Amino acid sequence: MQELALHIMDIVQNSIAAKANLMYITIEENIHYHTLLVEVCDDGIGMTAQQVQLVTDPFYTTRTTRNIGLGVPLLKKQAENTGGKIRVDSALGKGTTVSALFHTESMNMLSLGDINAVILLLITANPALDFVFERRVCKENEIENKKSLVDTRELKQVLGEEISLSYPDVVLWLKNELKEMENDLET
Amino acid sequence: MIIVKTLAELKAIKDKVRRSVEIREHAEAETKILVGMATCGIAAGARPVLTVFVEELAKREIQNVMATQTGCMGDCQYEPVVEVISAGKEKVTYVKVTPEMAKKIVEDHIIGGNIVTEYTIGAARQ
Repeated sequence: MQELALHIMDIVQNSIAAKANLMYITIEENIHYHTLLVEVCDDGIGMTAQQVQLVTDPFYTTRTTRNIGLGVPLLKKQAENTGGKIRVDSALGKGTTVSALFHTESMNMLSLGDINAVILLLITANPALDFVFERRVCKENEIENKKSLVDTRELKQVLGEEISLSYPDVVLWLKNELKEMENDLET
Repeated sequence: MIIVKTLAELKAIKDKVRRSVEIREHAEAETKILVGMATCGIAAGARPVLTVFVEELAKREIQNVMATQTGCMGDCQYEPVVEVISAGKEKVTYVKVTPEMAKKIVEDHIIGGNIVTEYTIGAARQ
């Protein structure tokens, strides 16, 4: 997978499989330290300490269709290739957080890729679940830090119960919204 | 703040939808398009395929069909795999789907009601 966005999508699939209802997807770019932090935090079923240890092993999986699981090991490899690392925190019955730190100046750094397409799909293909997507850009001077956020709980409050996030007009609106969020970060 | 302005736009969408008679009593989709989104599917290019389904349905204002994602269906060599499940009909499985094929599936199968036989798993296995 040649885009970090696809790895993020893959990790979020684990959260969905773990019956999460709410997922925080955070991407923090630090211009000063040349790092990129990606975090996926969910309220799913969580893992035991032993499962947490096993999760970075490609020969461990909870799936039943085949017996290897590559999501977390691939992300780990990508992070380590840049001199970064990953961390998995989990508590049974509470949820799991997967964080990955990348050094953006490394020649092995992946491009973030089309993260907006990933977020749009996650939200519109899973309208019953909630996502908080946050992007932060940290600069040398803290005052210049930028932040943008989409919270589906907020969108659902506006839409009410009868209109789903997968409703055609809403999908197109959200696509545009994510684009504007990105433009906002870049200015 | 940008979000306040755009939430007003979202509210306008809601009001528009409410006014239209299109909204049905039962919001349950009559047809589901499932795209396999496990590691195998994503790596094989499932994301642009699901994007085509979501956006084509939105652009054409098709409301009784839902494009969604599922896990690994066990046929990783055939990814991206797409299943079309319609109430009262047999499930159709499309394999090695590209964005172009996804568009044709929307046009021929979802809108036209004709299964694109050459894209199905049955054709791929022959």
